[in-house]
Amino acid sequence: MAKKLIDYNKYLRLDKFPLIWCPGCGDGIVLKAILRAIDQLGLDQDKVCMVSGIGCSSRTPGYVDFNTLHTTHGRALAFATGVKMARPELHVIVVTGDGDACAIGGNHFIHAARRNIDITVLLYNNWIYGMTGGQASPATPAGDRASTAPFGAIEPNFDIARLAAAAGASFVARETVAKPALMDKLIVKAITRKGFSLVELMTPCPTTYGRRNRMANPVDMVEDLKQRSVSVAKAERLGDELPDNAIVTGVFVDDESRPEYTERYARLVESLGGAPSTTSPVGAK
Amino acid sequence: MSSSLKRPPLLIKGNEAIIKGAILAGCKTFFGYPITPASEIAEAAARDFPAAGGTFIQAESETASINMVYGAASAGVRTMTASSGPGISLMQEGVSYLAGSELPAVIVSIVRGGPGLGNIGPEQSDYNQIVRIGGHGNYRNPVLAPATGQEMCDLTIRAFEIADRYRTPVYLMADGFTGQMMEPVSFPDPVPPLPEKEWAVRADAESRENLISSIFLEHDQLEEHNRKLQRKYKEIAANEVMVDDFLVEDATILVVGYGIMSRVLRSAVRAAREDGLKVGLVRPISLWPFPSDHLEALAEKIDRIITFELSNGQMVEDVRLSVHDSVPVHFYGRMGGNVPSAEECLEVIRRYAAEGGK
Repeated sequence: MAKKLIDYNKYLRLDKFPLIWCPGCGDGIVLKAILRAIDQLGLDQDKVCMVSGIGCSSRTPGYVDFNTLHTTHGRALAFATGVKMARPELHVIVVTGDGDACAIGGNHFIHAARRNIDITVLLYNNWIYGMTGGQASPATPAGDRASTAPFGAIEPNFDIARLAAAAGASFVARETVAKPALMDKLIVKAITRKGFSLVELMTPCPTTYGRRNRMANPVDMVEDLKQRSVSVAKAERLGDELPDNAIVTGVFVDDESRPEYTERYARLVESLGGAPSTTSPVGAK
Repeated sequence: MSSSLKRPPLLIKGNEAIIKGAILAGCKTFFGYPITPASEIAEAAARDFPAAGGTFIQAESETASINMVYGAASAGVRTMTASSGPGISLMQEGVSYLAGSELPAVIVSIVRGGPGLGNIGPEQSDYNQIVRIGGHGNYRNPVLAPATGQEMCDLTIRAFEIADRYRTPVYLMADGFTGQMMEPVSFPDPVPPLPEKEWAVRADAESRENLISSIFLEHDQLEEHNRKLQRKYKEIAANEVMVDDFLVEDATILVVGYGIMSRVLRSAVRAAREDGLKVGLVRPISLWPFPSDHLEALAEKIDRIITFELSNGQMVEDVRLSVHDSVPVHFYGRMGGNVPSAEECLEVIRRYAAEGGK
């Protein structure tokens, strides 16, 4: 079946182009996947609220025509929690990176997941702080070089998807930019699911990561992502045989039984005789 | 500070010179988080500290950085962090605790454009946050403002000395320009091995009783603690003023500026002298304590002062407090990362010179 072509321009603020991202960066592939997913779901652009912190990934909201908020480094999830509680009817999507979400924003990340608040997190993981010039992040694989790890990172890296799963997220998945169609599918699922959903999107940074780690060619980096990808099911079968450098992709958690926060809060308000919180008192006429 | 002839000068960024100075000063620990235009400091620390027997950790945030500094300072080693605007804002809680617990530490701020995310251009807009203190409580912190690569190194060493002498956090505050600029830097001899700090947590029987804390629940106790801090600040104010004068002897107009602004002003002053205008430059090196007495004395002989800053006018308030209305104090500032040229400054000087004497 031929796929319907989407009009990307409908969702883009073309006056903000050209993009800040470097040649060879994978973030543009992620951006298009997000737009295809939103288009497929037919979401009203006015009902989408995209929130970001600081970093390369966090520039995304600047380029898209939704309600967009570019906030403080690491705090996008705290900010998004405020938006979601004030306007529960919005599809709140946080775009963030490995440093933004898991270093300076790590605490907000695990607590938003623990609350299981209905926010979709699209986390661009490029293993590095790209915008500031290539410092190590909590996702930099142990042994790899960064400007602040000139002798190779001696810290182990986070498994971000499993971190969110352990903290209580109701939907957790991972995919790489080598497989854009699968990214679309997982983003659609993440937006559709109630509760805290995370899609960890592996995207290459040839400029600040690749160059330091013998992989300056962006095509090679995408090919490498593809080669190292192992599905969740296969990874389970392999057990201890799973290669150390494998990127496990697919759905880690899809559990609708985990109670969602804004709904639980609405029930609390109701039980106390308050007004339902599904509409904002500020916005009510 | 005498430079050793054994080591030839190196052409390095101001940011890197800070780390060279820190290692020469015997600093053992660096904790930092990436931020432009200060990241080269952390990068140089990551590269140079391990070989010098020190520790570099990239913290998970600036909140973590300053609290790691808090811990290392308590353990009695020389320790530092470095950041810029938003990161320094995040550290303010920790700086207040360092001040309250009387712990020595050096905090480097390479000031960028603000407020909020602002940009990564050079500004001096964090003067209020840093010099007038950004955290809670009755504290002050010494602030040194280098204007050259050499001073980035030398004043870092000085900052560690002041921090240890008075048991206080000390800031090194430079604009993004001074941090990013490459200049030749000569290195002084390393400081001799430092004595153990009696009050620190040193992991031995003698230091077991040492208590490092900033909590004083009894009102009178806390007031007494605060009075002790104020006595210390008075001592710092009396002893630690640093200022640099250029052609002030016969001046009728004084220009005041620090950091990169002072270097532009030197050119403007020279050009103004060629025009026959008697202009001199006062460059505060210590922003707290501010060279108030010095300015007050100079004010008796001059017609007016023009303060130049890469900000909306923050240090100018200290200039006004120093001369308390004895002469007019004007202000010229640029923001957003813009640094005025010498010609631009000269125009400002000419304009005010035309207003004549008092």
